Amino acid sequence: MSKKNEAKVREPLFHVAKRNSMVWWKAWLIRGIAIIASLIVCALIIVLLTKQNPFEVYASMFNGSFGSKRKVWILLQNMAILLCISLAVTPAFKMHFWNLGAEGQVLIGALASVACMFYIGDRLPNALLIVIMFVSSLVGGIIWGIIPAYFKAKWNTNESLFTLMMNYIAIQLVSFAIMVWVPSGSSVMGIVNANSKAGWIPDIFGQKYLFNILVVVAVTVLMFVYLKYSKHGYELSVVGESENTARYIGIDVKKVIIRTMVLSGAVCGLAGFLLVSGTNHTISKSLAGGNGFTAIMVSWLAKFNPILMIVTSFLIVFLQRGAGEIATNFRLNESVADILTGVIIFFIIGCEFFINYEIKSTRSKNKEVK
Amino acid sequence: MKKFLALLLAAVLVFSFAACSGSKDDTTTSASGDSTSAANTDVDYSKVKVGLICLHDENSTYDNNFIQALKDTQAKLGLKDEQVLIKTNIPEDDSCLNAAQELADAGCNVIFADSFGHETYIMEAAKEFPEVQFCHATGTHAKTAELKNFHNAFAAIYEGRYLAGVAAGMKLNEMIKDGKIKAEEAVIGYVGAFNYAEVVSGFTSFFLGARSVCESATMKVTYTNSWFDIALEREAALSLIKDGCVLISQHADSEGAPKACEEKGVPNVAYNLDTTSMGPNTALISSKINWSPYYELMINAVAKGEEIPTDWCGTLATDSVQLTKLNEKVAAEGTQAAIDEAKAKLEKGEIKVFDTATFTVDGKKLDSYKADVIPDEKFEHETEVIKDGAFLESDVDGMRSAPYFDIMYIDGISEK
Repeated sequence: MSKKNEAKVREPLFHVAKRNSMVWWKAWLIRGIAIIASLIVCALIIVLLTKQNPFEVYASMFNGSFGSKRKVWILLQNMAILLCISLAVTPAFKMHFWNLGAEGQVLIGALASVACMFYIGDRLPNALLIVIMFVSSLVGGIIWGIIPAYFKAKWNTNESLFTLMMNYIAIQLVSFAIMVWVPSGSSVMGIVNANSKAGWIPDIFGQKYLFNILVVVAVTVLMFVYLKYSKHGYELSVVGESENTARYIGIDVKKVIIRTMVLSGAVCGLAGFLLVSGTNHTISKSLAGGNGFTAIMVSWLAKFNPILMIVTSFLIVFLQRGAGEIATNFRLNESVADILTGVIIFFIIGCEFFINYEIKSTRSKNKEVK
Repeated sequence: MKKFLALLLAAVLVFSFAACSGSKDDTTTSASGDSTSAANTDVDYSKVKVGLICLHDENSTYDNNFIQALKDTQAKLGLKDEQVLIKTNIPEDDSCLNAAQELADAGCNVIFADSFGHETYIMEAAKEFPEVQFCHATGTHAKTAELKNFHNAFAAIYEGRYLAGVAAGMKLNEMIKDGKIKAEEAVIGYVGAFNYAEVVSGFTSFFLGARSVCESATMKVTYTNSWFDIALEREAALSLIKDGCVLISQHADSEGAPKACEEKGVPNVAYNLDTTSMGPNTALISSKINWSPYYELMINAVAKGEEIPTDWCGTLATDSVQLTKLNEKVAAEGTQAAIDEAKAKLEKGEIKVFDTATFTVDGKKLDSYKADVIPDEKFEHETEVIKDGAFLESDVDGMRSAPYFDIMYIDGISEK
């Protein structure tokens, strides 16, 4: 009887154990292998699905970001915006406050800027107008961030749902504003102040996007210092690890939650300002372009390290730009390019598993025991 | 390990099957394009490079219509793939300017953008690249922009909608005759994207076409506030059907409404796409803009170094306004004859779609109406558009190609 039972119990082939730590070069080796593996899988998909030469497709992907001087600037600009929003969500995430509302916070910031351009664009000198836009965007973002934070601090509401829902309110507000501003019903705002250029950030050294890029570089450094070396940064990470510990050592948790979301919202508002004043000079429901959600991935992949986020935001934008380029050059639907992007990101995220955990074969262990 | 391998193998198989079926679809769609007529051999197209900027991709009926027409034109004129660059999913913001710049950088000498919101960004690109020609569908600024290389184009689609309306009216008559509905229950439902002139002009002409054969027809309009939203369009169609609409048409770019109609067995008139395959038992007919004539005109102009018209409006005569094949299974008897008759009369000018004798606004005949033709920040209605007893729509000589009929609503049409 007992023998039969023993036979029935089937041991798994392997089991998973948490690694203590890994030497840095080993971790990067795994990441490198993951990227190569993803490229091989992508090559298979390319050959099977489209019958194109995968090397040509990869070359085209690379050209999407580096094919011309203009493409490099576009890459940097897109990176700057994505990085800015990623920096915005990071302090909240470190505090384990799941701010999924960056999209809405950016939109409200953008809406505030466009409203200034629309209503007072022709009355003020440009420098003053831009300052006012900057301030109102920040305030807009802060308001959109502080509402869910207040509810969380006061009544412990679920911040993921709350911030997510706030996105839809922001989208509808933008819709409503456009309806009021554009009575023809076309729902298209178009370029605001195309002739007077009121509220437009002027080109720096003839470069349209340089201002945005410089601002985001500054924000990156400041955020790094804030998180790593300031007392605030320390407090929010303690709150993230354990609210009880935080309370025990005398941190005012509610204050930290609200303060951090003010910062998060403000940086989102800043991104909205940059999108309007520095780049698009318009507003639409899709202005944030999903970056509010992509930013979550950028932040996570970089393990909430602002400097590493430069790398991860580069990776995402590089893949996005490459996807568009492939679609145009090979006449593929962009969905094919999105599949490739998906595969690459899957491998990159997946390899973190092998860095954090190790897989042990059960059988070999059994032998050892014997 | 064996299990894992088996799984992996299964996954690979599934993938390769998906790949096969996918590529099969591709060949059928591209083969259906009309590429029979020969290229114009007198013109040297070797230096022409065309760029197309689309708001969405082939999944949107609106964008698909532009993409397929360009592929047809490419085949007809014998252009190589490298000479025709298509950028899809370009939003209506600075990315549109970037897309235009990248196309110009890639050597395109004529660039076409398909969405209304692209216009101001295309104008910026036109300023930056004076040697490149920029063409824009549905736009309104070309006449007043003072940019030599920026052009607008559209088609007199209101005539196509009117004819599709005739088919709808015939169907309503049949339902009344068969005793399925009473005469006063001949209510058409219309799913519009926005209450913008292009949409208003579309449903009004459709309604006038229907009422030209079915006197008791009325119409309910609802808006989705989005050009492309499958779920919203489906919901809108279903709620119109629930409210007693016995025939549905739409001006929004997804298959949401036609599929909802097929489910409920309600006849549907579509736009820009033959929906017979989605609704074999309910799809009646579609009106559609054929962009090939304009593409040809613009490519020929660039190849020969001639000027592209500032504003251009395709018509039934240029084959820019088309109807897809009538679905005989759904259509009432005599529909084709009725359409042909109305078409002949339209072409001869014997009937006008917006003849002021055929409709009233607030119970009164329209003797004068000022429309917002010239774009300005105040959206002023400045131009008289009633001439010789008709509302003169899409008149490129005097006004512009993009529709400006924005009367909401003529009697008989109401908002749900």
